[in-house]
Amino acid sequence: MKRALACLLTAAVLGTAGASLAADATPMAEDPAVEARLVVISEELRCLVCQNESLAASRAELADDLRREVRKLIRDGKSDPEIRDYLVARYGDFVLYRPPVKPTTWLLWFGPFVLLVGALVGLIAYLRRRSASLAPTALTAADKAAAKALLADPGTDNPPKHNA
Amino acid sequence: MKRFLIPLAVFLVLVVFLAVGLKRDPREVPSPLVGKPAPEFRLDTLATPGKQFSPADMRGQVWLLNVWASWCVSCRAEHPLLVAFAKQGGLPIVGLNYKELRGDGEIDMKKVPAGDEAGLVRQRAGAWLARHGDPYALSVLDMDGRVGIDYGVYGVPETYLIDKKGIIRFKQIGPITPEALEQKILPLARQLAGEAS
Repeated sequence: MKRALACLLTAAVLGTAGASLAADATPMAEDPAVEARLVVISEELRCLVCQNESLAASRAELADDLRREVRKLIRDGKSDPEIRDYLVARYGDFVLYRPPVKPTTWLLWFGPFVLLVGALVGLIAYLRRRSASLAPTALTAADKAAAKALLADPGTDNPPKHNA
Repeated sequence: MKRFLIPLAVFLVLVVFLAVGLKRDPREVPSPLVGKPAPEFRLDTLATPGKQFSPADMRGQVWLLNVWASWCVSCRAEHPLLVAFAKQGGLPIVGLNYKELRGDGEIDMKKVPAGDEAGLVRQRAGAWLARHGDPYALSVLDMDGRVGIDYGVYGVPETYLIDKKGIIRFKQIGPITPEALEQKILPLARQLAGEAS
């Protein structure tokens, strides 16, 4: 009760003092709760004019209009999904930075994982083939004899070229 | 030789994807409104203060809704085509004058008294049509762009082809080109004219 009174008093004082300033107040200050929700919602939305900016960050005029519209919807008590649906109905899925999962976006959502699995399968197949081809093969008796002869008598070997 | 085939195929697929990507205009966002009823509105006409227009008035006709403004440079580029097209009398064109004052970056809306806006809009839009020709059956004033939002307008000019039942059947984003008119809009409009209302 005390707080309410204090608020009223402050408002009355400010009201008289700030009446001339009120016209210049930006809508940003109107309602912090609405603004907070606006930021959360519009950060996930794309501005259609400057397509790599979010609706929250864009200074394009259409973004201004759309933020005003979203503010109005918030004040009307609409839920976040309802507000997103409102914009999608007008501008399409393109406004969503997080596109919905549906048949046309399956490639987008699952493509990278399909690529990853494909690459892993390819890698495993390649490694298997490689290790099979590199498997040690048994030496024949003739190979062993040749190796022994070479190791036992280094003197008769051709001297390495760089020593010559 | 065979070992090069797979990388070559992957490369070619990549080239095709990138080539198609280069040709596409990222500004052209497919409208979810195609196939849906044209959003209802009721706005004052440019010609007569107090007289209102609603898309429902066009029921039973195939018509074009063209979004324009005098500050829009591309609209001017598109305009001669619309004027010539209107002279042939093919389809009625309704103009949606979009944010005539508020969309013009050079106008400080704080300096425009609220009561003067409609008058100023009529003056500017009317002068522009008088100078460049008026292809419109009528134009309506969407001063704050609210109707534009309902129609998903994000880059003027935009044009909607609406059928006899009031369903949007085609949307042109950006200026109408002679090709778009000849190859898309007119054939579709002829087909729609044959449909029952």
